[in-house]
Amino acid sequence: MSLVNFTAREITCKIVYYGPGRSGKTTNLQYIYGRVPESRRGRMVSLATQTDRTLFFDFLPLELGSISGFSTRFQLYTVPGQSYYNATRKLVLQGADGVVFVADSQARRFDDNLESLQNLQDNLLAQGVDVRQMPAVFQYNKQDLPSDLILTHSEMDDALNFRSVQSFEADALHGHGVFETLRGLSELVLKRLAAGTAVA
Amino acid sequence: MTVTLNPLYRFETLVVGAANRLAVTAAKAVAESPGTVYNPLFIYARPGLGKTHLLMGIGHAARAINPRLAVEYLTLDDFVEAFHAAIAAGHGEAYRKRFLDVDVLLVDDVQFLTHRREMQAELLRLTDALQTANRQIVLTSDRPPAEIEALDERLIRRFAGGLIIDVSAPDYETRVAILRRKAEERRAGFATGVLEAVAALGIDNVRELLGALNRLIAFQAVSETPLGPEQARRLIGGEQSVSAPPEPRDEFSEFLSEVTATVAQQVDAWRTEVSAAILRWTGEGFRTGQLERLLEQDMVDDPERDLRAFQADVERLQAMQAEAAELAPDLAGSAGFRDPGDMAAAEALLARAREGAHPPPAPSPLWRLEDLLEVPDTRMALEAARVVAEEPGVRYNPLVIVGPSGVGKTHLLHAIGNRLTAGASGPVACLSAPELTGELIGAIDRDAVGAWRARYRRASALLLDDVHLIADKDRTQDELFVLFNLLFESGRQMIFTSSLPLAELAGVEARLRTRLEGGLVIELPPLDREVRERVAARELDTRFGNMDPELAAYIGSRPAESARSVQLLVQRVMEAAELGEGAPSARLAQEILDPAPAAPTPAGKPAPRSSGVVAPSTGGARSREKMVWEWPGIGDRVLEEWR
Repeated sequence: MSLVNFTAREITCKIVYYGPGRSGKTTNLQYIYGRVPESRRGRMVSLATQTDRTLFFDFLPLELGSISGFSTRFQLYTVPGQSYYNATRKLVLQGADGVVFVADSQARRFDDNLESLQNLQDNLLAQGVDVRQMPAVFQYNKQDLPSDLILTHSEMDDALNFRSVQSFEADALHGHGVFETLRGLSELVLKRLAAGTAVA
Repeated sequence: MTVTLNPLYRFETLVVGAANRLAVTAAKAVAESPGTVYNPLFIYARPGLGKTHLLMGIGHAARAINPRLAVEYLTLDDFVEAFHAAIAAGHGEAYRKRFLDVDVLLVDDVQFLTHRREMQAELLRLTDALQTANRQIVLTSDRPPAEIEALDERLIRRFAGGLIIDVSAPDYETRVAILRRKAEERRAGFATGVLEAVAALGIDNVRELLGALNRLIAFQAVSETPLGPEQARRLIGGEQSVSAPPEPRDEFSEFLSEVTATVAQQVDAWRTEVSAAILRWTGEGFRTGQLERLLEQDMVDDPERDLRAFQADVERLQAMQAEAAELAPDLAGSAGFRDPGDMAAAEALLARAREGAHPPPAPSPLWRLEDLLEVPDTRMALEAARVVAEEPGVRYNPLVIVGPSGVGKTHLLHAIGNRLTAGASGPVACLSAPELTGELIGAIDRDAVGAWRARYRRASALLLDDVHLIADKDRTQDELFVLFNLLFESGRQMIFTSSLPLAELAGVEARLRTRLEGGLVIELPPLDREVRERVAARELDTRFGNMDPELAAYIGSRPAESARSVQLLVQRVMEAAELGEGAPSARLAQEILDPAPAAPTPAGKPAPRSSGVVAPSTGGARSREKMVWEWPGIGDRVLEEWR
């Protein structure tokens, strides 16, 4: 997938929200959807089960309009978190320009976070993508929960953030940290434009 | 039009918190080195968060560091107003130029550019001009550039090419710090917890916060009891809740403006690179039209390639210039090697230098081999000359012609040189030893010995007159030795003349002398009477159409050591005849050349034995030199004339 198409003068960023089931990936997208003016957002496609769990994936296209002469478009995806949907996750991950890893800050979800992170690395490797080269940020969601139930930002960093990438606290339900996370990742992704790593 | 900087708005009086730390850091960096770090610097913030304070702070700090800097602060409205006034008065150009002399230009409130296409174009032009001249421009606005409605995209790009930074609302701690600092400045004391209570009200507009502080001060001034925290909260809070409902954050817009800035920065990174390259090469004196044309395009396929190509061209130009300067020192700073857009011109210039636009001295075309008289004494020399002319560098190399002054060595040398020139592929260098030394001294003086050597090393033949005069000229001998070997090895002809037999050459290094002896050494003996007569006869015939054998015989009988002297005798006689002293004849010649009484010399010396020829027989430059020394002192002459 091309990040920048100089011929068509398009910039397309595919951003994937990854993480264990029920960590809040879809909530992130829903919050963003709610804040985007109608003219800018495409239809949010969400294939969910009756219990509101993501079955396939969510897709939110954002039209950012013409920037520096480039028609700029962000495509936000989430993957189904449950471990048995790995085929879908692989599919969604293909051609991703950046990954937001949404971790559940609850202490009891510690292992799920680790397992999902491991799964992300495996899937990227399987696609021949060097994990170190993929722009990524962490979002430690549900930081609004009582402190005795959750790990702090630094504890989460210690547990997951081996590469010391940017990490954000969030309460996706109320929107705290949602746009900060998106902005953080977008900057990383877009800064690769000049590096010429993704030229059409 | 220009507003004086408010003395209160300095970095020292600005409370720095998390919300403005980045902006303050950037502003300080800009003040410390204007035009180099972030240019343009674009600061945006909601009203009342200290944009103007920052802007003026930059101005104060920049001036404090360098008082000679021209700092100008103005709001966009001032800018627009002045522009319209200038246009109306017909001074548009003067208006533009006026800003180009400003080192740090601070423009406040540029959000009012909305829908002002003309002013946008003006600001774009100004931004470009200031950037090019490494002058700083700082702008502020209440929103990011991308959100200024109908703002020219090129302006957005220019801003993104520098630094766009925002100042957000101060947090609680900063608000407390601001209130404390301002209360201190006003010398107002408050009970514990009062300022904290006001800060906790969430007034995030600094101006309003200071307004609240003013109310507190005013209230306390008229109140008998000190104000308590609760009272303060009621006093300020009641009003606050009505007057300033919290604005909902537009997270998407913030996101969008950040993305816009990043994309613009990344996509247009090549513009920054190209601009930097233009600055660099212009600074080094090269024309950068090609790169400037790149900037005019919206999109360039591969700017890196273009930059590389440009650099390669510049390097080629530098190499060509260096070579040309070696060949011809006056081409060293030629503008022809400064335009990568016109490589053809540079190549033509170099080709001219290579072809010898500045060749070594050539033989004089006046001297021809045919004019030399062939007599038994000169036959061998003439034969050798013909062989050398036909097959240069093959049989007699070097050819050394030895003989006293005036016997025709120089004539023979130049005559062979002319023959060689006719068939040579390169220039034939023909000069005297003193000229060679003179050139070498000049080259050492100009620090261009390399170029000087190159001139001679390119020569197809070297003809050096009066080689005996390099005696004791060590450096000339060194150079000649190296040149000799080089020309000899490459089979190029060398001819030397010497007034002294080689064995008698004192002060010439043996290594050079033996090399000269290694070629063919031929002698030209002094002219005998028969030769002198033939020279005179031929001169009379060819130049004056006079075939009088008696006259020729008489002139031939006169003492003359060189052919030149004989020619001068002929000339004197013929000139006298023309002046009406009689028909040219042996008799007239005798009258002219051998008058009975010798005139006394003004210096009182006995008259030298006169041959009737003005120049003494030693010939050449030396004879002229002698004449000068023998002139009477100027005092004698004046006295004589006065008498």
